[in-house]
Amino acid sequence: MTECRNLEERRSKMKNEMEILFDAVSCNESFARVAVAAFVTHLNPTLEELADIKTAVSEAVTNAIIHGYENYHGYSGRGESQPAWCEVHPGKVRLHCLLKEDMLHIEISDKGKGIDNINLAMEPLYTTKPELNRSGMGFAFMEAFMDELAVESTPGVGTTVRMCKKMNAGAWIKDED
Amino acid sequence: MEEFQVIDNCLMIKLPEEVDHHRADYICRNADRLLIRDDVMHVVFDFEETKFMDSSGIGIIMGRYRKISCFGGRVYAIHADERIQKILKLSGLTQVLEVLYD
Ligand SMILES: Nc1ncnc2c1ncn2[C@@H]1O[C@H](COP(=O)(O)OP(=O)(O)OP(=O)(O)O)[C@@H](O)[C@H]1O
Ligand SMILES: [Mg+2]
Repeated sequence: MTECRNLEERRSKMKNEMEILFDAVSCNESFARVAVAAFVTHLNPTLEELADIKTAVSEAVTNAIIHGYENYHGYSGRGESQPAWCEVHPGKVRLHCLLKEDMLHIEISDKGKGIDNINLAMEPLYTTKPELNRSGMGFAFMEAFMDELAVESTPGVGTTVRMCKKMNAGAWIKDED
Repeated sequence: MEEFQVIDNCLMIKLPEEVDHHRADYICRNADRLLIRDDVMHVVFDFEETKFMDSSGIGIIMGRYRKISCFGGRVYAIHADERIQKILKLSGLTQVLEVLYD
């Protein structure tokens, strides 16, 4: 019993936070999702939880890079270097994660061009960039894979995406035995 | 490069481990270079190596489908794991994309 209470106490005190700021270039998309996955590994997340989080982070970061700062082109292929024709607009993406008890809060923001109509932007299949092979499924995936999603944006100022996910089982199962 | 191969009338695209925006241009550019050949009718996306895909992958498939569907071309997915299948279904792409199971 006392052991059990200690566990509860330990859990309720658990809080961990991290923040990174990185350039709005396409090679940082994988960096961002791997960073968040690494941040939660000590909770023993399931593979599905990890995949959900990585997809959602990838969507929000990619949106900041493509739509926020208009760095349209990824430049992978042979070698990682940027081709000469590919102009890079400067800009930073901020990724903030807070783990509080068993809730993971993720905030991804940019100081890019912002969204005029957020409700419309969040509709599945709505995209302002069909010519760039975008499908308009980014927000739909964030919504599907996370428990909560909120978007705040001001045209000309920037966009912030907030998402939460309850991290189940993992930590509990490990602590119990 | 054997990532993009034409076999009979199919363009076979071996997708990378991570299909995201960073990789998307490279895939689209190479695919489209081969799609203009008139012996290519269908496109097969091979997910064998793929462990991660976001909406960029949906855009890649949708874009290629648009290019070939007007000539009766079709798009197929092979070796897609459960995660990839879930994403394909969620996007509604499976209405036009035929997922072949092994
Ligand atoms: N950070 C952002 N800054 C400015 N505009 C944005 C931002 N994020 C999203 N948008 C706008 O919202 C639209 C919908 O975003 P969503 O991610 O759902 O689709 P998409 O990025 O266009 O396509 P996909 O994500 O499927 O490749 C975008 O087309 C864009 O106009
Ligand atoms: Mg998007």
